Amino acid sequence: MIWPLYDSGVASGLLAGFLFGFVLENAGFGSPRKLTGQFRLEDWSVFKVMFTAVIVAALLLWLSKQFGLMGAGSYYVPTPFYVAMAVGGLLIGAGFAIGGYCPGTSVTGLAGGRIDAIVFMVGMVLGTALFAAWFGPLEELYLATPGPQGQTLMDLAGIPEWLIILVLAAMAWGGFKLGSKLEQKMGGPYQASDLYPADNR
Amino acid sequence: MSPRPFWSPLWAGIALGLALFLTFVLTGHGLGSSGFFTRLTAEIGQWLAPELTAANRYLGDYVRGEPLQAWITWEVLGAFIGALVGALSGRRFRPQVERGPSSGMGSRLVLALIGGILTGLGARLARGCTSGLGLSGGAALAVGGFVFLICFFAAGFLFSFIVRRYWQ
Repeated sequence: MIWPLYDSGVASGLLAGFLFGFVLENAGFGSPRKLTGQFRLEDWSVFKVMFTAVIVAALLLWLSKQFGLMGAGSYYVPTPFYVAMAVGGLLIGAGFAIGGYCPGTSVTGLAGGRIDAIVFMVGMVLGTALFAAWFGPLEELYLATPGPQGQTLMDLAGIPEWLIILVLAAMAWGGFKLGSKLEQKMGGPYQASDLYPADNR
Repeated sequence: MSPRPFWSPLWAGIALGLALFLTFVLTGHGLGSSGFFTRLTAEIGQWLAPELTAANRYLGDYVRGEPLQAWITWEVLGAFIGALVGALSGRRFRPQVERGPSSGMGSRLVLALIGGILTGLGARLARGCTSGLGLSGGAALAVGGFVFLICFFAAGFLFSFIVRRYWQ
């Protein structure tokens, strides 16, 4: 059990963040037109990239436990608060469709020179301040319906981890197929050359 | 100069998965973003209204220490640098207000602000955002992560119908 290293230092944060931002930008996730294209069904990159990343990381975490490099329960698994996480997911989905970003992609958008990403960030700070100001009345919703601590899909479905990953991979494969078909029909996905005209500079 | 093409979604997804796994190996948890904005809000609250912020039951804990001295601050700073390197090396850096062809500058910025407010509220309620709860919770195969992701996509599709004319 040599992992995780539990390194919460500056270099660890900068390195993890650098790779995160570099990959998001190269996927085209600084562009709110490309990002929101997911919900107009023209551009399935958000689904494809996220789903692939979840499966790759889940597979590597499983393998690390199989080979005894990482202990079970050694890394963070969020405890579900079903209602709060559902309502929060709805709000962030709405915010993404309307505002064009989520928190991580707004950082990517700003790094690519986008003023609208700064405005989105100002909105996030205001939204956080509103949450804090309304924490009294919101607390009941915030704490409602907690699930078992660190509940996983394996706990919920009672099937082994490798099978869960296999099912997710099958769903991803179906999603890739469907997405690519719809992209073709709708004239997507957005290419870099559509979003960054060469005569702009 | 014409921009370099984006990576294909499959390769970008594999690269993101590797970066996410590396983060778990390094720290014992995944990637995040909204936690930084919570800390930023606490910091701004400390400048503008120190007593109110310290007395607030949600933000109060953050301002007992230095709110911005946290791993997530370095991670978000790293993400900014990484994305900047990506944009510059890919010839995709453009100072602009990015919007749909039929959308005005003013309406785009108003929608960005509204979207940000909803996102800020939602991330605090859910205890995370698309990266912290959706991506990282998803990779940990957490039920909460998938509850979040299903609702995120459902609301995205729904609200996209209402605002699609601003993007197309």
